[in-house]
Amino acid sequence: MVDTTTRRSPLAGQAPALAGLPISARELPFLTQLNLRADPDGPAAASIGRALGGTLPVVPSTASRFGEVDVLWLGPDEWLLLAPSGQEEALAATVRRAIGEADGAVTDVSAQRTAVALTGPRVREVLARGCSIDLHPKAAPAGSCVQTLLAQTGVTILVRDETSSDFLLLVRSSFAEYFAAWLIDACAELGE
Amino acid sequence: MSRLDATSRIDRGTDLRFTFDGKDYLGHPGDTLASALLANGVHQVATSIRFGRPRGIMAAGVEDANALVQVEAPFSEPMLTATTIELYDGLVARGLSGQGRLAAEPDPARYDAIHAHCDVLVVGAGPSGLVAALTAARSGARVVLVDDQPEAGGSLLGSAEQLDGVPATTWVSATVAELAASPEVRVLQRTTAFGYYDDGFVLALEKRTDHLGAAAPAGVSRQRVWRIRAKQVVIATGAHERPVIFADNDRPGIMLASAARTYLHRYAVLAGREVVVFTTNDSAYAAATDLADAGAEVTVVDARPEISPYWAAECARRGIAVRPATVVIGTSGNGRVTSAHVVTAVDGSSGPRQGIGCDLLLVSGGWNPAVHLYSQARGTLRYDAKLGAFVPASELLDVRAAGSARGAFTLAACLAEGRLAAQDALTALGIAPGDVPLPGTPEQPEEVPGHVLWSVPDHREDNAPCSSFVDLQRDATVADVLRATGSGMTSVEHVKRYTTIGTAHDQGKTSGVITSGIVADALGVDIASLGTTTFRPPYTSVSFAALAGRDRGQIFDPVRVTAIHPWHVKHGALFENVGQWKRPWYYPQRDASGSFEDLETAVLRECRAAREGVALMDASTLGKINVQGADAGEFLDRLYTNIMSTLKPGFIRYGVMCGMDGMILDDGTVTRVSETEFLLTTTTGNAAKILEWMEEFAQTEWPELRVSLTSVTEHWVTVPLVGPRSREVLASLAPDLDVSNEGFGFMTWRDAEVAGIPARICRISFSGELAYEINVSAWDGLALWETVIEHGTPYGITPYGTEAMHVLRAEKGYPIIGQDTDGTVTPQDLGMSWVVSKKKVDFIGKRSHARAENNRPDRKQLVGLLPVDPTKLLAEGAQLLASADVPEPPVPMLGHVTSSYRSAALNRTFALALVRAGRDRLGETLYAWQDGELLAVTVADSVLYDKEGARRDG
Amino acid sequence: MLLIPCPWCGPRDETEFHYGGQAHVAYPGNPAALSDEEWARYLFFRDNPKGAFAERWNHSAGCRRWFNAVRDTADNEIRAVYRTGEPRPVTA
Repeated sequence: MVDTTTRRSPLAGQAPALAGLPISARELPFLTQLNLRADPDGPAAASIGRALGGTLPVVPSTASRFGEVDVLWLGPDEWLLLAPSGQEEALAATVRRAIGEADGAVTDVSAQRTAVALTGPRVREVLARGCSIDLHPKAAPAGSCVQTLLAQTGVTILVRDETSSDFLLLVRSSFAEYFAAWLIDACAELGE
Repeated sequence: MSRLDATSRIDRGTDLRFTFDGKDYLGHPGDTLASALLANGVHQVATSIRFGRPRGIMAAGVEDANALVQVEAPFSEPMLTATTIELYDGLVARGLSGQGRLAAEPDPARYDAIHAHCDVLVVGAGPSGLVAALTAARSGARVVLVDDQPEAGGSLLGSAEQLDGVPATTWVSATVAELAASPEVRVLQRTTAFGYYDDGFVLALEKRTDHLGAAAPAGVSRQRVWRIRAKQVVIATGAHERPVIFADNDRPGIMLASAARTYLHRYAVLAGREVVVFTTNDSAYAAATDLADAGAEVTVVDARPEISPYWAAECARRGIAVRPATVVIGTSGNGRVTSAHVVTAVDGSSGPRQGIGCDLLLVSGGWNPAVHLYSQARGTLRYDAKLGAFVPASELLDVRAAGSARGAFTLAACLAEGRLAAQDALTALGIAPGDVPLPGTPEQPEEVPGHVLWSVPDHREDNAPCSSFVDLQRDATVADVLRATGSGMTSVEHVKRYTTIGTAHDQGKTSGVITSGIVADALGVDIASLGTTTFRPPYTSVSFAALAGRDRGQIFDPVRVTAIHPWHVKHGALFENVGQWKRPWYYPQRDASGSFEDLETAVLRECRAAREGVALMDASTLGKINVQGADAGEFLDRLYTNIMSTLKPGFIRYGVMCGMDGMILDDGTVTRVSETEFLLTTTTGNAAKILEWMEEFAQTEWPELRVSLTSVTEHWVTVPLVGPRSREVLASLAPDLDVSNEGFGFMTWRDAEVAGIPARICRISFSGELAYEINVSAWDGLALWETVIEHGTPYGITPYGTEAMHVLRAEKGYPIIGQDTDGTVTPQDLGMSWVVSKKKVDFIGKRSHARAENNRPDRKQLVGLLPVDPTKLLAEGAQLLASADVPEPPVPMLGHVTSSYRSAALNRTFALALVRAGRDRLGETLYAWQDGELLAVTVADSVLYDKEGARRDG
Repeated sequence: MLLIPCPWCGPRDETEFHYGGQAHVAYPGNPAALSDEEWARYLFFRDNPKGAFAERWNHSAGCRRWFNAVRDTADNEIRAVYRTGEPRPVTA
């Protein structure tokens, strides 16, 4: 049995600072993240979709949710599967089984990025300080999922719910501290 | 005092104390520094940069070329225009002579930036802009309206115009209220759109707390750069009045006519009691009559022989003398102007020079539409001979000018153009424009065409230097322009640079077109074909602090850290920047005396541990790319110089990638995970570049190959465990793993649990010692590191940094790509022909390796250097000479030192170098030039330690 | 700040992209068969037109796809974008 109590997430040291922000900002550590590659028109994609209980999203900059698994469109033949903690092996096995002998690739990238949930009516204003994407509810409704730049780091922004301003951000682990520092700074004026 | 009791936009109920040039004054909210000074009778605010001539306030806005001041308190800031500083309590300022002084202490204010998106961006909240914004807002479009003034209204604030029969400001208030109540409309006052940067991207600077002075709340950004992406842009930026140039046109008290009118209506300031208005057009008559109504004694000097009957009557009614066919040819005054010198044309020739006493000389030479943004948006301009100005002439798809910015000068036309521009913009967006009725405007008198007059010839007969100033801030005169054209310059761009006209803070807002006019006249060419200088951003000065925004201090640039970083910090590591990464450089320990080791001591100790005991480092920053697919092997064969497809699962191979030009791009290891999966590493700084490079081939050149690439750089933490005792430490950490050389050979990998953590262990070595590279999930990285140290402590395990790593690899002659190579080095140059496949038909770089140039025997090759004095450390970068007898320049250089260290293992200094035909020079003595002396060095093999490789198996 | 229409993700700020030089310069089928001069021509020579220019771009901060764009070098207008493998569209 693998001991998981000694794990440390990239923003473990920032939790108190994030908790003190005028928006709700919370790291969701240790999520299962699998990078998936398959021809969207090929047998693997269809089979994986069936295994997950839906169809892999093919519209750029969108995400679909099947049960507990978010499927984020990353590219025309690339998706990120996002699932609760601890499902790396099981989910990878499911997907690999679905791929079978067809062409497709699954890579465990769970620790490559960390996830941060941002919630609150002023999240858009905060993100606008570093992100050039139009996150207006009409331009980015729920299910939108953009890979872009936030200040000077790459970021994936998943719009969970546009009316309640519920966002999930994925940021590369090595940039997480920078991201947190930027976020704290960007929130500085909101408290006024 | 020049302050009147008339209605205005200032708040007389509140006094603001301010200090100018050491004297204390009072003003009011709503004042600018300029209006408050004028209200206090202060006209001279600065002295000119070259000639030290007294200078005053010539405008009421951003176009002022004169009134530069230095704000001293609350925070020192140089070169602001008095006409754009909103007055605040406690302001301390002084006039400048052209140049200011930067604050010596850091600016405590916060500056930030924010992105905004809209369907329609309207620039300018004058009559055109307000109607445009309202039209767009009522259609439901997302609208941003920016305006540089504290309140909307534009020219309506400084005039006595009426709309729908009531003061225009009433209509302004109602419009602003409706816009403010529209959920999709954002109105930004005190915000200057200072540049148009392609595809509807407009940068605007919002001055958020400047006007509050020391009362500015802490934590609120002082200035904010708005990064606005607009689908459609309506430019309603108005126009700047243009002066006419004449001798001694620079005295305090000489002002643009419309500025005096603005000071009167907006600030209740009568800028002078005895006023001469020198005009070439009808617009200045409003100033003349309004100032007369306010109690001034006014004389109008009109360059045109024919006077508008309407204005003649209005003047007559007020007792204003009007002199047709008359121009101002000079002025007198000691400081402020006291007299305007005029001549009247009689029967085609000049009459006698006459003086008219005055304390205010107003000038109007017509109007220049503020076409800056339009021009930046690649809108072409057309010379309008009637206006004597350049006006927008393009049909742009997403940028439209409206109102005075487009050359319309009646209120009714400005309102109509604003609405039309917005309607066109909405139509282009597929949005149905709403109906916006325009407010009623008073009937306009019939206009007498203006007379285009750039400058009045200097009639003085003495030989005094020319004092007809074109650019007051630069002290550049008509004579300077003529000197430029006399020198053969025929382009206004050249004249600008020769004379410096238009290069000051105001960027030639009042002088640019006049310069074109003077040049055209001097050259006898048409100004329409001559054109203007380029309207470059920024439109107004923007401080570097604002442009830097939050990209400063801690978040100036991302700092990338590994999962183990907290341990490094806690244990006193000093860090080296590698790209954006922070990597432990070395870990200084306290010596017996309690002080910390220096770099040299620490690195010798760390190296010794790796060579004699056991050491570990954090190598997590290495780029890692997962390559999967049925054709993954074939794909890697095409990119690496050596063969990867023959690598068996369970094995690892070192590989080199070259560019098309055959030069080394990167190196690293390739691990074959399975038949269809590889994991490769890149150098730390090249990770993103190499992934993009590989993707380019996978996606564009060889799309038929079934291969996919995924970055896993940060998924893994990588810890090399190095040294003869590493095997014992690993055995203790992974009791189930066969760590013997037979059971776990060099260049193979195993999956095993290390201290209970799932790990992939690779037997690779970048030091030449027995080594195991342990890879675990980044989440487990810190726990792994701490546990390895715990288990290694009985063996004296020592963490080492990048410096020791460099020494260890250099002793083995392992190059660092980017340090020992520079983009002109082939694998063969490094003595690594063994890594270049002879069997493969092709790989990237192969054809270039066959070029004659890349096969010259005298190419620079990597060799070792041993200083003859083993205590001397060569400087990296030192040039190498063949002889200590330095010939006359140019001295032939044989190469340079690429890496240089002190070696614990060799007990001496050593270096790597790229040396012309280096491998043929083994044993030769060369000379390294450094610090003014020549150090003798012996050329050696690049592998200086354990050449037979006896140590790698422990 | 150009707004570059990624054929997948739609218009994005130019800072999300990396430039990849002239498009449609295919890697030679058999480099070994080329003379040094022909190889040098492939390696080092690129067009530099004033006007429409087909270029490779990579949406590096987005979907990581390489694609082609026809950009007018005189005014920076992007006249067309198209996916790798697609023929260059006819532009005005």
